[in-house]
Amino acid sequence: MFSNKIKMILLLVLVALLISACGGTEEAATPEVFKVAVVMPSAINDLAFSQSMYDALLGIQTEMGAENFEFVYSESMFVVDDAAAAIRDYASQGYNLIIAHGSQYGSSLQEIAPDFPETSFAWGTTVDTFGLPNVFAYEARSEEGGYVMGVMAAMLSESGIIGVVGPIETGDAKLYVDGFAAGVAATNDAAQVNSNWIGSFSDVALASEAAQTHIGAGADVMTGTAQMVVGAVGVAEENGVLWFGTQSSQTSLAPSIVVANQVYRWEVVLNEMIELIKGGTYGGQSFLITLENGGLVIDYNPAFTLPAEVTEAAGAAIDGIIDGSIKVTP
Amino acid sequence: MIDQLFTEAVLVGILASGIRLATPYLYASIGETLSQRSGVLNLGVEGQMLLGAFTAFYITFTTGNLWLGVLAAMFVGLLMGLAMAFVTINLQAEQGISGIGFYLFGLGMSDLLFQKMLGTVATVSGFRPIHIPWLSDLPIIGKILFSQNILVYGAYLLVAVTWFVLNKTTLGLKIKAVGESPQAADSLGVSVSRIRYLTVSVGGMLSGLAGASLSIALLNVFQQNMTSGLGFIAVALVYFGGWRPFAVMGGALLFSMVNSLQLWVQVLNIPIPSDFAVMMPYVLTIIALVITVQRVRPPSALTKPFERGH
Amino acid sequence: MEKWRQSETVSRLLDAMLPVYATLAALGVGAVMLLLLGANPLEAFGALLEGAFGSTNALADTVVKATPLLLIGLGICISFRGNVINIGGEGQMIVGALTATALGLAFPESPGIVMIPLAMILGFLGGALWGGIPGALKAYFNVNEILSTIMMNAIAVQLMNFLLSGPMIDPIQAARDSQIPQTARLAAQFDLPRLIPTRLHLGALIAVVLAVAVYFLLWRTTLGYRIRAVGQNPHASRYAGIDVKRQIVFALLLSGAFAGLAGAVQVFGVNHRMITDGSATGFTGSAGFNGIVAALFGQLHPLGTIPASFLFGALLVGANKLQRVVQVPSAVIIALNGLVVVFVVSSEIFRRRREQKRLTDAMISQSEDGPPPDIPAPANVEGTP
Repeated sequence: MFSNKIKMILLLVLVALLISACGGTEEAATPEVFKVAVVMPSAINDLAFSQSMYDALLGIQTEMGAENFEFVYSESMFVVDDAAAAIRDYASQGYNLIIAHGSQYGSSLQEIAPDFPETSFAWGTTVDTFGLPNVFAYEARSEEGGYVMGVMAAMLSESGIIGVVGPIETGDAKLYVDGFAAGVAATNDAAQVNSNWIGSFSDVALASEAAQTHIGAGADVMTGTAQMVVGAVGVAEENGVLWFGTQSSQTSLAPSIVVANQVYRWEVVLNEMIELIKGGTYGGQSFLITLENGGLVIDYNPAFTLPAEVTEAAGAAIDGIIDGSIKVTP
Repeated sequence: MIDQLFTEAVLVGILASGIRLATPYLYASIGETLSQRSGVLNLGVEGQMLLGAFTAFYITFTTGNLWLGVLAAMFVGLLMGLAMAFVTINLQAEQGISGIGFYLFGLGMSDLLFQKMLGTVATVSGFRPIHIPWLSDLPIIGKILFSQNILVYGAYLLVAVTWFVLNKTTLGLKIKAVGESPQAADSLGVSVSRIRYLTVSVGGMLSGLAGASLSIALLNVFQQNMTSGLGFIAVALVYFGGWRPFAVMGGALLFSMVNSLQLWVQVLNIPIPSDFAVMMPYVLTIIALVITVQRVRPPSALTKPFERGH
Repeated sequence: MEKWRQSETVSRLLDAMLPVYATLAALGVGAVMLLLLGANPLEAFGALLEGAFGSTNALADTVVKATPLLLIGLGICISFRGNVINIGGEGQMIVGALTATALGLAFPESPGIVMIPLAMILGFLGGALWGGIPGALKAYFNVNEILSTIMMNAIAVQLMNFLLSGPMIDPIQAARDSQIPQTARLAAQFDLPRLIPTRLHLGALIAVVLAVAVYFLLWRTTLGYRIRAVGQNPHASRYAGIDVKRQIVFALLLSGAFAGLAGAVQVFGVNHRMITDGSATGFTGSAGFNGIVAALFGQLHPLGTIPASFLFGALLVGANKLQRVVQVPSAVIIALNGLVVVFVVSSEIFRRRREQKRLTDAMISQSEDGPPPDIPAPANVEGTP
């Protein structure tokens, strides 16, 4: 279908890209270079779910060196059907690991993975590998960090009213919010957690109005999950209401009111997967990022002075979750 | 539990937030009203809003000047409007479909510019609420009506101005004539294409302003696809209001207030599944139209291109 | 006369090629954008072509993508011919998918040969319901259909979110903490049969057969005649004794029904379960809007909608490949699609002008040679030029 000329151009560009990726050195990529492709539902700069994965892959690349680790991505693949086509296409191109970063991609993966037994697939967030030998699953125990944030929120709130802005009440968002509510309840059972599920991952305006509503109802501490909460963070800042972020760090948005963020560090589980794949195991296991294995990190805003007893309580909650004395059951 | 809804704090909250939330709808719907009155359906509002929102945000972010941001957003909206006018008036392209094309273009372009020029979500310090002296201290209505930011006030002023232009000026007469019977207007020496160029580009400008009201007055952030269907609702509200500015405003207020009501219903832990709460504004808008049974007719020439001598 | 006919054919052929030229022109503008982004346009468009037509799998993907566009486009042909603007394809597709899936989940033991046709019919009916409501509201309460169909889209999304996270949730997910909003996988015997060993499924064939059926419906049945008559001139139709209100309901009902069928086909042919990311697009891929574009490119003619859907499907599938190969932000592709739509719809004027000219020529030749060939009236959304 294509003339050799176009193929040549294609090849030349690829070589040029490789060279520039190697930081200008003349070294060609070794055959052992580990190639990852990732399919993500939102943009790589969403300060939330997709960015957490993008940042993790960038981190691994810095660590392993661009000559040993390459990755490509398809972002904003909210159409499940298109994502499936992308996954199949990447698989046929011989990537070592293909990450389907969205629970909605599961059924597509279940169909595609058996056709490419030599390729490893990972999908999340879930714990289900479908019993396939070349599928890894990964999930964030986001309720753990949610719990820690809930503890802090309960202590910082003077009005005893705490607002939550979420997309739809399922998946990762549900885990986080349930954990958060549990943390609040364990610290101050008189405190009230009001939730607002706005039914959308993209409606920034509604997320911001939801925050206004919480403030109108007396909330002085808020949290929220998914990419549209940037609207709520803005409102919180305007009204001097404290904010807890999750998935990625949202401190840069409002340094004066963001207390802390639960940051996902997928590199913890990705590194394990990469080791397994190099050792010939292509899947069959499911991974969790937790406070214990360092996949979940409570990232405090350095610009925000947290009272010592709050930091201590948060530390105690983290320790308690890690040693098992606190069970977070959403 | 329902009685919790009828406390002062909640009612003030619903009304104040309804008035605020209606702002972007108002700018966009009033612009759309103008262009539809002259016979052009513009389905590209959402795309124009997104480009306006990004431009306003970017200019404000880099220069720190809010008014420059507003002007830039209006300018970009104007350009989009002119393009829409050229395609629908000179090239006589099917209006609904070219609108969808412009929507897609604005959706993609605003995101692309955002990624290339900003790279990440950031915030700006947008227009602050203006507390009108004395009036804003009034009980209840002070908080609802007189403690909003300038673009909110501007939106309501625009409704009155548009009503005046449409009903009390020669220009308004011409706009309506072109939308009802372009042949007759043409034979009376009114330039159909000039009037349509005017309304469609002003409509685009107002859509750009609607975007600015989101990105530098109400939310103070920009994110890809941040309008999330708002522009389409704005088009629907024009039909709700039957092409009359004040009725369009009524629709925008109804929709926004029900939306803020559903947020309160959730916050007050009234046991309705959140999905049904979110549905409320959409359902009630339809019901409101059913109950009031309108007899308003769309402008006769709506979506019909005009060619001399036909 | 013979010579005239020949130039007529050439002229028609040129017309048929117009959208292709317009697409090329839009891609030309896109090439500039890509250059500015530091990507090689040749490589990018090579990837687009390869992604859409480069292999059997790619072609199959294109057809799979085109199938819901064609089905929804057929419904659009009916409603727009009846002068009813249906922007509710998204919601109707969702509701059709929900009803069909609910049936499939309720009777997992039944044989495929029984279930598949029943599910398709139920999807058809679900969409008909979601389209019929705005139809009735327009006919009997004068509620504008653009408004009501936009609102009904939003309502359908929330209905889907509610059902998939509650009553219809996958039992496996219900038992888990995270509760992903999806149904269980439909029984394997319900999968629409594959036509060749790719993703290509029976739905594509159904859609093409129905395109012919809609052609007959519109031009060979009383119902079709009435819908078109009302679309062209409601007043004259009323005098002719046609129940105008009823035709309006039928137009939207049928239009919704085809969108509903598209939803059922998408679930039984491609996804095999329903899953929501909270938005309509996650499931429909904006087919409700793209179907409108396809139908209008196809001159609101059911048979013309077939190649139009195919081309638009190819563009969508190829564009994703483009993103993968040259790693440009997906936003470029969306903007590019927008340009293609604007350029193609703008190029229509040339076709209309030529049509006009041919009509004049035909009249001249008629006065010389006898009756003119059958020239279809230029399509116009509003039905009346």
